[in-house]
Amino acid sequence: MKDQDTQLGFYRQMQVIRRFEEEAARAYAQGKIGGFLHLYIGQEAIAVGTAAALNADDYLITTYRDHGHALARGTTARAAMAELFGKVTGCSKGLGGSMHFFDAEHNMLGGYGIVGGHLPLAAGTAFASKYRGDGRVTIVFFGDGAASIGDCHEAMCLAALWKLPVVFVCENNQYSMGTPLSRTLAVADVTKRAAGYGMPSDRFECESVNQVIERFGKAIKRARETSEPSLIEVLTYRHRGHSMSDPGKYRTSEEVDEYKKKDPLFVLRTHLEKAGLADKLTAADESVEQEIADAVKFADDSAEPGPELLAPTTYKGAFAR
Amino acid sequence: MTAMKSVRFREAIRMGMVEEMERDDRVFIVGEEVGHYQGAYKVTEGMLDKFGPKRVIDAPITESGFTGISIGAAMVGLRPIVEYMTWNFSAVAFDQILNNAAKIRQMSGGQLHVPIVLRAPNASAKQVGSQHSHAMEHFYTHVPGLKVVAPSTCADAKGLIKSAIRDDDPVLYMESETLYNLKGDVPEDPEFLVPLGKANVVREGGDVTIISWSRLVHISLQAAEQLAKEGIDAEVIDVRSLRPLDEETLVASVTKTHRAVVAYEGWPYGGVGAEIVDRIQRLAFDDLDAPIERVTTLDYPMPYNAKLEQFVIPNVERIVGAAKRVAYRSA
Repeated sequence: MKDQDTQLGFYRQMQVIRRFEEEAARAYAQGKIGGFLHLYIGQEAIAVGTAAALNADDYLITTYRDHGHALARGTTARAAMAELFGKVTGCSKGLGGSMHFFDAEHNMLGGYGIVGGHLPLAAGTAFASKYRGDGRVTIVFFGDGAASIGDCHEAMCLAALWKLPVVFVCENNQYSMGTPLSRTLAVADVTKRAAGYGMPSDRFECESVNQVIERFGKAIKRARETSEPSLIEVLTYRHRGHSMSDPGKYRTSEEVDEYKKKDPLFVLRTHLEKAGLADKLTAADESVEQEIADAVKFADDSAEPGPELLAPTTYKGAFAR
Repeated sequence: MTAMKSVRFREAIRMGMVEEMERDDRVFIVGEEVGHYQGAYKVTEGMLDKFGPKRVIDAPITESGFTGISIGAAMVGLRPIVEYMTWNFSAVAFDQILNNAAKIRQMSGGQLHVPIVLRAPNASAKQVGSQHSHAMEHFYTHVPGLKVVAPSTCADAKGLIKSAIRDDDPVLYMESETLYNLKGDVPEDPEFLVPLGKANVVREGGDVTIISWSRLVHISLQAAEQLAKEGIDAEVIDVRSLRPLDEETLVASVTKTHRAVVAYEGWPYGGVGAEIVDRIQRLAFDDLDAPIERVTTLDYPMPYNAKLEQFVIPNVERIVGAAKRVAYRSA
C-alpha cells in the first residue's frame, strides 16, 4: 500500500471522473449535450492507474468512451465539459464532442468512434517513437467488442512484427453494446491471441488503481526498454448502459448490484474511511463538487464555435475545393 | 535554364521521392514489396539500398493496418509515403483514409494534422479484370480533408509528388500502370515543384475544350490531332489536381471555346467529371453554346475480355464523337 496521500489523490481523481460523468448524464437529460454520450462509470480505476503508470510524454489513444482517460491525463473538467456542451472552449473546440476528446498538450491523442479503427493509429505513434528513438510508449485501449474486427488484428500483427513500443489494453466491460461476450467471442480470453502474435500478455480483474499501475507498469516498462508490444485484458464493468440511449435491459439489476459492491472507487473509499481519513475524504468530495459545478458553469457560459473555424480545421491554408 | 533529364514516368516519381527523403529525414515509405522486391512496378527500385530498411519498409498484406500506422506516425510528426500495390487495394483501408486521415485535423479542433502521401497506380491497366481496374479518384475527391492529384507527364509526376510530400494535409497521388514507361524530360532542380490546384493547358485551341487527367490526357491529345484533320481546333486541359480543382483555368478555356468535353476513366454516375460539369455550367453558363458532354468508362464492372475492355474504357473515337456533337458537327 502506497502512502495515504497518494491513495487519497487517486480517490479524488476517480471521484472527479465519476462526478463529471454523473453531471454529464444530467446535462444530457437537460438537452445540453447532443449526440452520443458513453459513460465510463465503474471503470475509472483503469484510467487513473494508467495515467500514474505513464510518463507525461507517453501517448494515449482510446475509444469513444474517452472522458475518463482524458481527465486522468490532465484535461481539465472545464475543457472536457465544454467539449460535451459543444463549446469553443472545449478540448477539441466543440468540434469533436463526447467521442472525440483530444488534448495534444497532455498527449491524449484522441477518442475514436469507429470500433477498432484507432488501434493502427496507436501502433503508428509507437512506430514514430521507435523511428525517432524518443523513448516514448503508446498505450491504447479498446473494448471487448473491438476484439473481433480486422484492424485489431492488423495493428497487433504489425506491432509485433515491427517490435513497436505499444501496450494494447482490452478494457473488457463484459458487453459489446447490448451483447454479452458469450455471444461475440468463441474464446472468451482475448489474451490467448497474444501467443499467435508472439506478444507477452496479462489478464486480470480490475480491483484497484495500485493493481493497474503495477500490472500495466510491467508492460509499459517492457515497451520502453525492449520495444516489445504487449496485450493486456483487464476485466471491468460499466455501471451504466452502452450510451445514454441504452437502458441496459440485457442484464439483471442483481448483476449490476454485485459489481457495484466491487467498484474500485467504492472499495478505496471504504478502505480510506477505515484508515481514519473520513475528514479528508469529505474535503476531497467537496472540492470535487466545486470543480464539477465550476466546469458545468464554465461550459454553460462559454461561447459556441463559429463557422470561421471549419475551413482552417479541415485544411491548412486555402480550402481545397 | 534549369538542367533537364530524360526519364521514365516511374523514375520521375522515384526522383521526387528520393529528393524529398534526402531533404527531410521524417519522410519514409511503406508498402507491399517496396523494399527487397524493388516495388511491384519498380517505382521504388534502389530505394532500399539507398535509405535502408528503417525508411523503406516492406509491409505484410495489411493495407488498413499500415495505412493506420502511417496516419498515426504522421499525427506525431513523421511524413509517411504509403504505396499501395494499386489503388484498388485501398478499398480495405478506406475507413482509415475517410475516418482518420481526413478528419483528425477537424475532430481534434486543429491540434493534430496528418501530413501523409498515399500513392499507387489507378484505373485500368490491361485486362486486369473487374477488381483491379477501379478509378478510385471519384471516391476520394468527395471527402473534405483529402487532396487528390493525378499527373500525366514525367515532369508533373516529379513536381507533384514533391509538393504532395511537403503538404501538411493528406494527399492521394494517382498514377497509371500504363504510363510507367512513358519517357519525358524532368527538371533536375531539387526545388522544382508543381503546385497542387493548378491545371495545365497542354494543347491550345479555339473550338472545343477537352478536359482530362492521367492516362486520358494522352488519349485526348490523340483525339485533338484527329479533330484537327477534320477542321476542329481542340484545346486540351490536363487537370492534374482533382482536389483542389483549378476552376479558373477551366472557365477561362470554356469562355474562349464555348464548348467542353470531359474525358476520364470512371463510371458516369457522379464523380469528378460530373463535378467539373457542374462548376462550368454554374460559372460559365452564358458562355456555353452546347451542353457539356462526358466521355467515361461505361456503366459496367470492368470485363476481362480485351475487346470488351476497350469497348468499355474511353477511347479516341468516343472523344472525337463527343467533341463533334458539342460543336454541332455531324460525325
